[in-house]
Amino acid sequence: MANVEIVMPQMGESITEGTILKWHKKVGDQVKKDEVLLEISTDKVDSEIPSPASGLLVQITVEEQKTVPVRAVIGYIETDLSAAAGAEQTSAAPASATVTEAPAVTRVATAAPASEKRVSGRFYSPLVMSIAQAEGISMTELEAVTGTGANERVTKKDILAYLEARKAGASRPVAEPSTTPTRTSTSTLNIGTPVEIPELRKKYPAPAHEVLQMSNVLQKMAQHMVNSVRTSPHVAAVHEVDMTAIVRHRLEHAAQFEKNEGFKLTFTPYIVEAVVKAIKKYPLINSSVEGDMIIRKTYINLGLAVASENGLIVPVIKHAEEKGFVGFARAVNDLAVRTRNRKFSPEDIQGGTFTISNYGVFGTLIGTPIISQPQVAILGTGAITKRVAVLNDAIAIRSMAFFTLSFDHRILDGALGGMFLDTVVKNLENFDTNMKF
Amino acid sequence: MATMTYIEAISRGMWEEMDRDASVFVLGEDVGAYGGAFKATKGFLQHFGEERVIDTPLSEAAILGAAAGAALVGMRPIAEMQFADFVTCGFNQLVSNAAKIHYRWRLPVPLVVRLPSGGYIHGGPYHSVSPEAWFFHVPGLKIVAPSTPYDAKGLMKAAIRDNNPVLYLEFKYLYRRVKGEVPESDYVVEIGKGAVRREGTDIALFSYGSTVQFALNAANQLAVEEGVEAKVVDLRSLQPLDTSLILESVAETGKVLIVHEDNLTGGVGGEITALIADQAFEFLDAPVRRLAALDVPVPFAPPLEEYVLPDQTKIIGALRELSRF
Repeated sequence: MANVEIVMPQMGESITEGTILKWHKKVGDQVKKDEVLLEISTDKVDSEIPSPASGLLVQITVEEQKTVPVRAVIGYIETDLSAAAGAEQTSAAPASATVTEAPAVTRVATAAPASEKRVSGRFYSPLVMSIAQAEGISMTELEAVTGTGANERVTKKDILAYLEARKAGASRPVAEPSTTPTRTSTSTLNIGTPVEIPELRKKYPAPAHEVLQMSNVLQKMAQHMVNSVRTSPHVAAVHEVDMTAIVRHRLEHAAQFEKNEGFKLTFTPYIVEAVVKAIKKYPLINSSVEGDMIIRKTYINLGLAVASENGLIVPVIKHAEEKGFVGFARAVNDLAVRTRNRKFSPEDIQGGTFTISNYGVFGTLIGTPIISQPQVAILGTGAITKRVAVLNDAIAIRSMAFFTLSFDHRILDGALGGMFLDTVVKNLENFDTNMKF
Repeated sequence: MATMTYIEAISRGMWEEMDRDASVFVLGEDVGAYGGAFKATKGFLQHFGEERVIDTPLSEAAILGAAAGAALVGMRPIAEMQFADFVTCGFNQLVSNAAKIHYRWRLPVPLVVRLPSGGYIHGGPYHSVSPEAWFFHVPGLKIVAPSTPYDAKGLMKAAIRDNNPVLYLEFKYLYRRVKGEVPESDYVVEIGKGAVRREGTDIALFSYGSTVQFALNAANQLAVEEGVEAKVVDLRSLQPLDTSLILESVAETGKVLIVHEDNLTGGVGGEITALIADQAFEFLDAPVRRLAALDVPVPFAPPLEEYVLPDQTKIIGALRELSRF
């Protein structure tokens, strides 16, 4: 008899919890190892989770739309099918053997009232528990109450607000497992799900107002951004870069490149190469801060901020220091394709040591990007536009761009930030135009 | 009504009681001719005479032993310790004699021990002690700790009239820094009753003595800055504690911060925490937090003293953390 736990996977080093979007299997279904068992959403990515074992899905302890910490048990698979069958038959009767000897049986036996069990691992204070008890709030209901305390704990205020809303006939959308937010691919940004909350409706009547429950990705983005601004004193340095040589080189070699590689040549590998070279010269840029310690990394994992329909995603090129131009181009393309198809793995979006954000694609000339923690710097690349520039004391029309380096003034200062960014600019302006594909 | 300082109110309380009751007298080092180390008994010798204002030898054991003996034969002595630190020299007279005599022989010991307590005065490790926890543990002793001139007089009079040994903590930091309205009439503040200094429904803040004003300022600032409303309770009496006011305030707020100047470990705050855990568990919406001095002697150097003792900024930090829990 072997009962395998299904746990909420850790989808990244900084990720502490995940939301179950959809169970692809029902209790009682057969599953094969590595077959898609469920879909989850974390603050960084939505993923399909394969089954950890072959067998019978005997219990689901966490319902759809519920958020639980990583490594929390969310279900069980019985790999010994005869035991599973036996367990199902005896599930109605009390376990005959001692509890310690029959874990599988007792687990299945509690499957029905499992909805009353605390599954999220979220802490409830004695006060919240006593209010819940006095007001007849079930554990399932309690699990759905939005918490505003530390670690999303439900505070006294939260439960009192919930009670008031409940009395007023309101039902928080999170309390309804049936209202699955649709996450279909659309061209518009999926920022949230329309919800009806009476007290908000009073203030913001339809149709002039639309009320949306922020998506998980958006909520986490909000948290990360606020956290980053609070953690790091951001300083932004802006340099101008003459991209004319690169624009020409790209035009000349685009056709040959696409024939060789099967995808289009973009500006990104040029910039990535220039940045990696500059990081090698100024390795402090490639650090993180822990307390009063600087963690300097000898590897370069380059994050590329990408806008997707679900929000901001930052896929990471691992070990960029080992790659050359074509290697960068392939890595960038590979990540772009997989990001678009949502086929990337958690490894693809974690472990970044430096990030590039190309907001120039939206026409932005100058931006001041926010650092992706725990990194200490981020490069923002503005739109390449033809501008009047002075070249060798003559007025010329050049393809210019503004690059911004936002850096963490806890460990980096204007001198280093400026020298680093200047090196990136020089690397781009002195690009080897003889490079062929 | 008259506006007076904290130490004037203490003085006034003793004076009125000595006027009212011939059995009340003061004794201690330099309380007579010199008027007391902090001038609490200035002018007493001239008014009441040397039989009722007694300068003693430099021996706390002698002072407290004599006081206990006088109390046994029907007097109501007020024994002054120059600094609370030195009460340890008379420890046995208090905890083994004064505290147990009524239990053993059913004889009342109406004795007041004045304990000039605490730091914030750059007095260093031998002149800054908060002695309450040493005695809080002892059955048979009462402990009061006024934070305002009004309570200083009212509790002094209550302590003198009480038939038990009462340790009267008076905070050197407050002596001349705190002024307030004090009725000229005869009134007492009941021992064992706390006072709500500020209403609030988010956090209950329990404090006493020197840290009450810090707590109040912190609560007011946080209310302005973050809209967090802390209920500030001045315990006033430590033995007995106003347990019903404590429990009621916990039920009202769900979150608790206890602040005292005495150091953390084994302090009064621990006992209050235990009381709440025991009797108000179902009302807790956050862990009970204590803010107290670090577990070290009070340093002499002002920056170190500031680092060790609780203050308004530290209280705001603790309140903020609790409000976010």
